[in-house]
Amino acid sequence: MTGVTDINVGLDPRAPLLHVDDLRVEFRTRDGVARAVNGASFYLNPGETLAILGESGCGKSVTAQAVMGILDTPPAHVTGGRVLFRGVDLLKLSENERRGFRANRIAMIFQDALSALNPVYTVGFQLAEMFRKHRGMSRKDAKQRSIELLDQVRIPAAKERINDYPHQFSGGMRQRVMIAMALALDPEVLIADEPTTALDVTVQAQIMGLLAELQHQRNMGLILITHDMGVVADVADRISVMYAGRIVEEAPVYDIYARPAHPYTKALLESIPRLDHKGRQLNVIRGLPPSLTDIPAGCSFHPRCGYARDICRSDQSPPVYQIAPHRFARCHFIREVLGV
Amino acid sequence: MSDVSDLVLDARGLVKHFPITQGIVFRSKIGAVRAVDGVDLQLRRGETLGIVGESGCGKSTLAKLLVGLEKPTAGEIMVRGDDMTRLSGHALRRARRNIQMVMQDPYTSLNPRMTVGDIIGEPFEIHRDAVPRAGRERAVQELLDLVGLNPDHINRYPHQFSGGQRQRIGIARALALRPEILVCDEPVSALDVSIQAQVINLLERLQRELGLSYIFIAHDLSVVRHISDRVSVMYLGKIVETGYHMAIYEQPTHPYTQALLSAVPVPDPRLRGHRDHIVLEGDVPSPANPPSGCRFRTRCWKAQPYCADHEPLLQIRQRAPHPSACHYAEIRDVLHRY
Repeated sequence: MTGVTDINVGLDPRAPLLHVDDLRVEFRTRDGVARAVNGASFYLNPGETLAILGESGCGKSVTAQAVMGILDTPPAHVTGGRVLFRGVDLLKLSENERRGFRANRIAMIFQDALSALNPVYTVGFQLAEMFRKHRGMSRKDAKQRSIELLDQVRIPAAKERINDYPHQFSGGMRQRVMIAMALALDPEVLIADEPTTALDVTVQAQIMGLLAELQHQRNMGLILITHDMGVVADVADRISVMYAGRIVEEAPVYDIYARPAHPYTKALLESIPRLDHKGRQLNVIRGLPPSLTDIPAGCSFHPRCGYARDICRSDQSPPVYQIAPHRFARCHFIREVLGV
Repeated sequence: MSDVSDLVLDARGLVKHFPITQGIVFRSKIGAVRAVDGVDLQLRRGETLGIVGESGCGKSTLAKLLVGLEKPTAGEIMVRGDDMTRLSGHALRRARRNIQMVMQDPYTSLNPRMTVGDIIGEPFEIHRDAVPRAGRERAVQELLDLVGLNPDHINRYPHQFSGGQRQRIGIARALALRPEILVCDEPVSALDVSIQAQVINLLERLQRELGLSYIFIAHDLSVVRHISDRVSVMYLGKIVETGYHMAIYEQPTHPYTQALLSAVPVPDPRLRGHRDHIVLEGDVPSPANPPSGCRFRTRCWKAQPYCADHEPLLQIRQRAPHPSACHYAEIRDVLHRY
């Protein structure tokens, strides 16, 4: 009836909700191979918020797209690793099977809601489409469910607004529509890729509050992809810091802000101006993030790092050191960075 | 702190209305977008005035008015004793030398077909008496050096530089005519965190070395606090609160300033749940049809019927030690732990 394969096959309820293991993605272009993700690993529990923090080009969005299975291939190729959802490796599934996971199990919202929504269909049509295609509902029922959803994300006068087109909504309202669409089929994992970057701070506060509330109601796992260390401090439980396609540090939110273990995390925290006091001169991370077609050997951060020594420039990238339960960092000099 | 003679810029009653028209053949004006609607601002030598506000509050239009890219509907802009809005031709061109602009987007504000040397040297083509022709290349190289770029890269094109380096090129171009005032419109918002700090530090160093005055327009309140001496908060074309950075951030009195500050996430998880959170309902009203009286009243939790009929003036009040445009202005700390 729906044309989507049964999605419950093989799921192990005792396995972790989402476990990404050594994921590798590369883009094969005329100018060479850009290695966007070089062995990213992380996990996510129900009801938990994991922030993936990094600057542009660090591979955080590509990681999300690989987990969702929406990379454009070619040029992108997943060259290694596993994406385990309750024990099932999504990378091994057929395209039809993956379709069953998207939206039903794992959903995503994007930074730019205006370009993520289809401009030539009404918001109501696009929402109802989900219910009709995935759930086989009638038009009437689907419309009713769509109105309920818009109510849940607190769009005023949902009954009338359902016939509006995306451009008739303000930026914040559009992002609410995106959230409604992502949550339509009750996914267990929501990936939010820079959901508030394009919005003003007061609207950002509304949207982050709404996301937190919906997450709590549904006990949903949330992966928040962002570069904003303020937003992360406000909402995340754990943080994975990404640099040049690798997770360089992973830690619970309180630990990482109090005592970062990787030089990159530390430098990032020192380079942002603070709202609550007027600091002295900002600390600068010298140089630029590396080009993904030419990632430095050894530790990819070594050309910009104040702690770097010969061992960092060697061929082997630093192994993952465990610092405490749930705390990891890829750096030879963790002790010095932590100051112990 | 400083007397009137230190004033490098004095703008009074600035208004910019963009007409809304109807019809193609018989075009008639049916209204106006009141982008900037009565703004006063003063800037002293060596000082940075930060202007914050959300999108659509008119801060970029204000920037364009100040550098003479838009003609104001009303008001005056006094720079060195001349009213910029009344000048034209040669005199206007001369006055503009003194007040230059750094744009937001370093990717679109540099012509991709021009070399860096041509981009930074273009002001000398327009103001031919600024630097004699023979000295121009040298002047450009000095400018590159000043902003921390390699002077040998004078013949490169913008695409050969990173975002942060391009913003440095934009700053060098703005400095070419040795202005006293730089108007920076969101100069770091297109840059990554680690690059932002480099450009902010550069702007601070240039200010110290050259004695520049900045008007720094941004939506990022943390960046504005870091760089500004005084801050003005804009809402729907008007300044709602102004004062020294300590006053605005530590003792905000206008409800909008308080809401804005409370919405900014602070990178410190220990503050989670221990800060005032004021969540504003709804969106900013249209500047084509702003609310009567106080423009913020439609989203304000303090609003009374009085606010609808009486427009609050930007002034010092009984409970507001610095100018605040709210009838019920009162200090409320929203940044720190409670």
